[in-house]
This record gives sequence, C-alpha cells and structure tokens, in this order.
Amino acid sequence: METIQGSEPRMPAPDKPFPVTVLAYPAEMIGAKETYEKVSDQITGIPIRQPNAKFWFVGFTIAFALFLLFCVAVGYLLYRGVGIWGINIPVAWGFAITNFVWWIGIGHAGTFISAILLLLHQKWRTTINRFTEAMTLFAVICAGMFPLLHLGRPWVFFWLLPYPDTMTLWPQFRSPLVWDVFAVSTYFTVSLLFWYLGVMPDLATVRDKAKTKWKKIIYGMASMGWRGSAVHWKHHQTAYLLLGGLATPLVLSVHSVVSFDFSVAQLPGWHSTIFPPYFVAGAIYSGFAMVLNLLIPIRRIYGLQNLITIRTLNNMACVTLATCWMVTYGYIMEAFMAWYSGDPFEKHMMWDRAFGAYGWIFWSLMLLNVVIPQLLWSRRVRTHDMALFFVALSVNIGMWVERFVIIVQSLHNDFVPSSWKMYYPTKWDWFTLFGSIGLFLTLQFLFIRYVPMISISESSELIAQRKEGQL
Amino acid sequence: MPEPQIEYEEKTLFGLMAEFEEHEELLNATRRAYADGYRCMDAYSPFPIDGLAEALGHEYSAVPLITLVGGIIGGLGGYFMEWIAMARLYPINVGGRPHNSWPNFIPITFELTVLIASLSAFAAVFVLNRLPQPHHPVFNVPEFLRASSDRFFLCIEAVDPKFDREKTREFLAGLKACKVTEVEE
Repeated sequence: METIQGSEPRMPAPDKPFPVTVLAYPAEMIGAKETYEKVSDQITGIPIRQPNAKFWFVGFTIAFALFLLFCVAVGYLLYRGVGIWGINIPVAWGFAITNFVWWIGIGHAGTFISAILLLLHQKWRTTINRFTEAMTLFAVICAGMFPLLHLGRPWVFFWLLPYPDTMTLWPQFRSPLVWDVFAVSTYFTVSLLFWYLGVMPDLATVRDKAKTKWKKIIYGMASMGWRGSAVHWKHHQTAYLLLGGLATPLVLSVHSVVSFDFSVAQLPGWHSTIFPPYFVAGAIYSGFAMVLNLLIPIRRIYGLQNLITIRTLNNMACVTLATCWMVTYGYIMEAFMAWYSGDPFEKHMMWDRAFGAYGWIFWSLMLLNVVIPQLLWSRRVRTHDMALFFVALSVNIGMWVERFVIIVQSLHNDFVPSSWKMYYPTKWDWFTLFGSIGLFLTLQFLFIRYVPMISISESSELIAQRKEGQL
Repeated sequence: MPEPQIEYEEKTLFGLMAEFEEHEELLNATRRAYADGYRCMDAYSPFPIDGLAEALGHEYSAVPLITLVGGIIGGLGGYFMEWIAMARLYPINVGGRPHNSWPNFIPITFELTVLIASLSAFAAVFVLNRLPQPHHPVFNVPEFLRASSDRFFLCIEAVDPKFDREKTREFLAGLKACKVTEVEE
C-alpha cells in the first residue's frame, strides 16, 4: 500500500527513471537533490528571467487571438441579442449554460487540491496547489460570464443583487438562480483571497531575487512588504488553514447549488436527487483532467520534473479514476431511476437520451468519460505523462459533452410532443466556447510568466521536513 | 567628545541580527534567547516554522476569533437580509410557502457566512501583521535578501531592556550563528 505521508522505503528502479516504493509506485514528492536555494532560484527564475520566450509568445498569441474572437462574439451578442445563438423554445439553455457548468466544474479541482487536500495533509499537493488555485480563478472568471451573457440584457445584471432600489424590488431569494449568484461570487472571492494569501510570501521571494528596479518595485508592492517574521507567519498560517476549512464546504456547496438550477425544475432528466453529489464528483473529475492537461506540457517545457514529480501525476490520475467511477455511478443511477420510477416521461427521456436524435452524443460521452479513463488502472499510463495527457483530454471533452447532454437533450424532448424541437449550435455558439478557452489560456499564460507558479515557501517546507526525516 | 557620538550611534541602531543556515538552529537560538530574558525580538524565515512564534512568546493568534465573529455576522446578516426582503419588504406568495420559508434561505445564509468569515480572516492577517508596510529596518541588512529563500534570521531589537551592544553580540555569536550583523534604523 502506498502510504499517505510518503514515509515508505524508497528504492531505485532499474527500468524506471524515478525512485519507487516496494510495490513499485513512484515515491518522490520532490527531487532528492533539492535545496532551499535551488528551489527558490528555479521557481523565481521564471518570472525574473522569463525563459522559453518563444514558446510563451507563440502560445500567448494563439490564446490572445482566441480571446479576441471571444470579444467579437460577445460584442455581436450585445448588439444583436441572444437570438444569434441556436437556442429556442424548448431548448432555452444551450451552449451558454453548458459552458457555465463546465467551467465552474473545472475550477473545483483547484479548491479541492488547495483546501481539501490541505486539511487531509496530502503533501504531494504542495507543488501544484498554487497553479491549480490560479486555474480556479480563471475558470470561475470564464464561468461567471456565461449566465450574465445569457440574461438577454446583461447590462442590468445588478438586478440580481440585493440593494434597496427605487422600484422597491428584491431578488427572489427562494430561487436557485439567485443562490447561484451568491455561490459563484462567494466562490470567486474566497478563491482569490486564499490564492493571494498563499502567493504573498512567494512574491516577496521574487522581490528579493529581482535584479531590475521596476521588478523590485512591482513585486515589492504586490508582496505588501512581507518579511517572513515568525509572528506574521503564525497569523498567516492560522488564516490559511481557516480559509482552507471555509473553502472546503464552500466548494462542495457551489456545484450543489449549480445542480439545484436543474434538479429543482420538474423536467425529466433534471429532476433528480442524485444531482448535487453527481455534479460535485463531475466537477472534480473535469477539474483534475484540466490540471493534468495544463501541467503536463508546462512541466516539460519549463523543466519542472524535479518539483512536480511523477508521484504527483500518479496521485492525480488516481483521483481522476476514483471520480470517474463516482460519475459513472451517477450515469447508472440516472438510468436505473428512470426505469424504477415507472414514470413514462422519465423512461422516455432515458430512451431518447441513448437512442434518440442525440444518441450518438450520449455514446461518445460514454466512450470519452467512462471507457477511455479506464486506462488509468494501468500504472504505466499513470506514470507516463503524454499518455496521461491524452486521457485527461478525453475527460475534459467528455465532461463538456456530459453537460451538453444533460441540458440540451433533457430540454428538447419534454412533456408535450408538440413542443419538441432540436437544438443546433450556430457559429456564434462555437465562437463563444472557443473564445472563452482563449480567455482562460490568456490569463494562464500571463500567470505562468509573471507569478511564481509553484509555492516556494511550501516547497521549502517539504525540504525541511525531509531534513527532519518526516518525509 | 566621544559620548555624544555613541549616543548618536545607539539611536540609529535598531538591533542585532544573527543569521542561521538551518531552521532548527534558528528555533534553538530563539528558545535560548527567550530563556536568557530577551523579549523584544523577532525571527525571520522563508517558510513557517512550527513552534517559532511560541518560542518568541506569541502563543495566541486572534485570527480564529475574528473569523468566528465574521462568520456569525455573515450568517445572521444574510438570513436577516432574506427575511426582511421576502417576509416584510416584498412579500410574494410562491407556491403557498410561508413568507419566512427558512429552508429556501439556507443556501444564501451559508454562502454569506463563508464569505464574511473569509474576508474577516483575510483582513485579520493584514491588520494584525500591520501590512502593507513598505519599509522595515531589517531590510537595511544586505544579507536579509536571503530571508525569503534560504536563510534564517533572529533579530534582537535595541529597545529590549536587556539589550547591550557587546553582550548581545557575544550571546548571538555563541548560538551557532554564521554571522551577526548590526541593523540600522
């Protein structure tokens, strides 16, 4: 058994490029030869010296071009209205809500890694938590835009907020859609605070290592004059742990609230009590896949294999596989309950889902989300970064397709056959989807260039713990 | 005329700073300094060290209490906001539910509890640590640039009643410090 703390004996494996445990699992959480100085030089080297400039510029250009596409798509949407999308009645929620649910789900992995695994003392999270928290922020930014754009009149979005207006109106606090406003905005705010609190000491390290005047000034301001005093650390660590404790129920609540948007409605395919846990598991599933998709290339290009070890990748793959089965259980239960309820509308929905007009999408979802991830049972796939990358890509696409099936397929075939209608996305739907990926990647590229993407203080803590023999 | 000159130097001296290579050495040195009677001192490290704040005599952090109070205010305030809006200012009958339909108010109450508690915890760190603070005398020591990456420092401040330039320097040098520097105000 692989122990949690990584205190198991380590041995070199002749056929593998990394040290392994007795049972041939990858053993290292951080490279064996790392020192405080090497780690801080390596991590701060990226914002200070900005290596791999060519890769960065090419990647950033592509991402920014997609982001400009997003601006065009949103600009045209504001000019013409939501009619440019393929939505109709009955399919009033098309790509916009699919994208919303998908993006917010992706964000969940960051909070899961930084908060829940912090409380569970999972030390392998140390070198990836900063990166995944940033990913959470960017994913929530992308997510938050879609319900607003879908409002029809996004410029009056503030009607969703409780404020004493001249019309003496108040939001309907009994509605899950208003709960969503509070859940998503709280989630973004708490994620931002948690991320900034963690990154502040690392920004101080960049400040101290910076060579040019402007970098010293900018990172100096961003680090708030942090000087690493023991008393400061005590308050900081207490608050960090408390924020972790607060973010843990929060992250579970956010996707539960998102799932209420569906399950509170009476539509077959939506009206189901399994939705909250099923959505949360799916959120963590797609989020881990996105972390893998982003980290694996960055780890290779920036040469971070000594910090983000094979063990970390292997553990993430294990979490992905576990959540894959939770999601699969959700699929099985949906089908079972449709049959067991005896409700003809439910039964029809399930039959139509598998064999109706959108049947091919349902089966590709099963392939992408259930069949292909079974490769993760193989240790060779889990410890091979490129294989893992493609499995994660399959999960990411699969989870988007899952949201699409839940939303569009359930809506297009409701109670009265006379109101059934197909939904076909327009080019503006696709532009908005790919444009939002552009926005996400643009922010991600800016992050890896200007902010230390691995926690320096926590990595140094790992080294200190290894010196004490705790690791 | 030597006396005023000494006075001038004493005035500009903030304290004496010892530099260590390992976090355990800093922890031991801090414990020894506290046992020796020094109180006005601070330790600096690139990562949090378990027990270091306690060794300096700071057992207690007000952050949890502030967070709790923030959470209670957030929860009660959130519920009150929903109640006043839905039951008093703008009562609407939704499916025959009572105006004060509390189960429907729980999600927002919860979210606001977490929001205000988190904001309080975050603000508490800045207020209690007196940050942002752009300048501090310890930054005058050139070696202190390494305090955020790979060196550990203990600074005994001149305001400490037991502080004596020579004796404190000898004391710090005897604590396995690799270097002792004067920190100017």
